[in-house]
Amino acid sequence: MARKTPVAWLQLMKEKTRLLVAIAGIGFADMLMFVQLGFQDSLYDSATVPHRLLQADLVITNPQFKSLTSIQSFNRERLYQTLSDDAVQSVSSIYIGMGDWKNPDTRLVRSILVWGVEPGAPSFRLPELSQNADSLKLLNQVWFDQAGRPEYGAIPALVQQQGSFEAELNRQTVRAVGLFTMGSSFVADGNVLTSDSTFLKLYPDRKPEQPDVGLIQLKPNADRQQVQTRLKALLPPDVTVLTVEEFAAVEKHYWESQGTIGFIFGMGVFVGFVVGTVIVYQILYTDVANHLPEYATLKAMGYDNRYLIGVLLQEALLLAVLGYIPGFAVAIGLYHLTHAATLLPIGMTMNRAIIVFLLTILMCGASGAIATRKLRSADPADIF
Amino acid sequence: MFMQTLSSPQVNPTAQRQPVIVANHLNHYFGQGSLRKQVLFEINLEIQTGEIVIMTGPSGSGKTTLLTLMGGLRSAQEGSLKILGQEICGATQRQLTQLRQQIGYIFQAHNLMSFLTARQNVRMALELHDGGSAQAMDAKALAMLEAVGLGHRADYYPENLSGGQKQRVAIARALISHPKIVLADEPTAALDKKSGRDVVELMQKLAKEQGCTILLVTHDNRILDIADRIIYMEDGRLK
Ligand SMILES: Nc1ncnc2c1ncn2[C@@H]1O[C@H](COP(=O)(O)OP(=O)(O)OP(=O)(O)O)[C@@H](O)[C@H]1O
Ligand SMILES: [Mg+2]
Repeated sequence: MARKTPVAWLQLMKEKTRLLVAIAGIGFADMLMFVQLGFQDSLYDSATVPHRLLQADLVITNPQFKSLTSIQSFNRERLYQTLSDDAVQSVSSIYIGMGDWKNPDTRLVRSILVWGVEPGAPSFRLPELSQNADSLKLLNQVWFDQAGRPEYGAIPALVQQQGSFEAELNRQTVRAVGLFTMGSSFVADGNVLTSDSTFLKLYPDRKPEQPDVGLIQLKPNADRQQVQTRLKALLPPDVTVLTVEEFAAVEKHYWESQGTIGFIFGMGVFVGFVVGTVIVYQILYTDVANHLPEYATLKAMGYDNRYLIGVLLQEALLLAVLGYIPGFAVAIGLYHLTHAATLLPIGMTMNRAIIVFLLTILMCGASGAIATRKLRSADPADIF
Repeated sequence: MFMQTLSSPQVNPTAQRQPVIVANHLNHYFGQGSLRKQVLFEINLEIQTGEIVIMTGPSGSGKTTLLTLMGGLRSAQEGSLKILGQEICGATQRQLTQLRQQIGYIFQAHNLMSFLTARQNVRMALELHDGGSAQAMDAKALAMLEAVGLGHRADYYPENLSGGQKQRVAIARALISHPKIVLADEPTAALDKKSGRDVVELMQKLAKEQGCTILLVTHDNRILDIADRIIYMEDGRLK
């Protein structure tokens, strides 16, 4: 048993209804912050899923390439130039385009991201590709992303049942003959994988010698960083040489620098923070106001201001912890629901758990600190 | 008296006769500037160890003001006021806080913490001093509640106690750490005649056992007989 009476704890526990209201309020604020931050992270993450799936040691792109929403191609000649470096094993390229996919049931057209890869050469680190890329080689045969939105039609189920399925892409008939998993993002709700020849047929305006992403495979034991430096020096400034992570970072930076996403979600976090602060302040303030004579009595008995401030801050921290737990639990539930509904890559991360916890502490600590000002009006001279 | 304390500072045959409260030419004012109003005038008072003193007087005469000054609850302004040897005039907040730990207060309102049981309320006073282990403090608090006849209510919250019972818990809280001085301001005002009488008799009994000094403000003529001495305040002056 504690040596000192746990005043803060006992005070919180005495009024269960008020405690529940406080916990619900803080939990709600935490949940709001979790959801906002979770969505923000997942949007950034989803936008870079394809980048991070690229099977390459180094990537070549047009320096203007900022995002999948504004694709910029480069001269394939640059890719061949890199072969002059001893450390480069092989190169391959990918075409990217926005396509119009017609839902076979509703006949509605919806944008989809189309990737033209060289079958047989490295492109994406997808198990389906390493097992059997042959079906892509035939003209007009495509693979469909089973992690895409269902609005494109029940393509994955149809392909699984019938082995292949005829659909319309860019007003041309294609045959979906395989499935792969990439995922939707806010660039596109789904993905289609084709061979380079099929891609060029689907996009007659695109020039074969102008791909969008060049993939470089290095020889074993090659020092990636050194090769990158050498290639940068070798190639003219109309292309850049990036690692896969850097390439993903470019995309992420694009969305971050757009500002809108950060602003919208930052706003949500801020609102959650304010709601929480107001609730905790309200609770602690009425606590002090309702117990002024008692607090003054404690002062009269010889407890100093520091002790009373301590009690109040302890209450604030206890509320923070007690409110965080349900907030955390509900957030995990919402992440699952969101993932199930949107297929966005959303989940709890250690980082976010810590950030929201610190925000909760800050929120409760701040309101506790403001509420301590009311303690000054607990004047022991007034209690007689 | 002055001569006496001077001549025998070490040997203490007069331990019972040592002043614990000494006021000299104490003045007190409320308000600022033109609103400044004097409420205490030239208070001279000496209260000895173990004395039970009752202060009476009309409403607004300054009794509570004097009591709060003596308890270190308000800063003294003019003159001299020594409590347990500590000068209150010009004392720091820290010194006042320390002084308060030596004094037991009993108020008209019981001022118990509503979220603490009777026993926990009493324990709070003990924790300011070295009350020993948690078990020892609990045992002491229980013993004290038994002394005020509330052993069977130790785990009750104030809301479930009667007015007299609450006041008795407040007395247990004020007396548990054996303060040298107990200051009480109309402790019976909120109680009926019978429990008011019980409460002051209890205070008297415990104080006599512990040898502490009591200064009690009251309008209640029926309890004047417990006092060793009665002082009368009128218009800020002791008569
Ligand atoms: N905080 C204060 N500010 C200004 N004036 C005050 C304050 N407290 C008391 N007074 C005034 O000081 C005078 C003495 O008040 P005090 O409370 O000491 O009287 P009292 O003898 O205790 O009266 P009662 O018997 O009604 O309790 C009164 O005129 C009162 O109006
Ligand atoms: Mg009074």
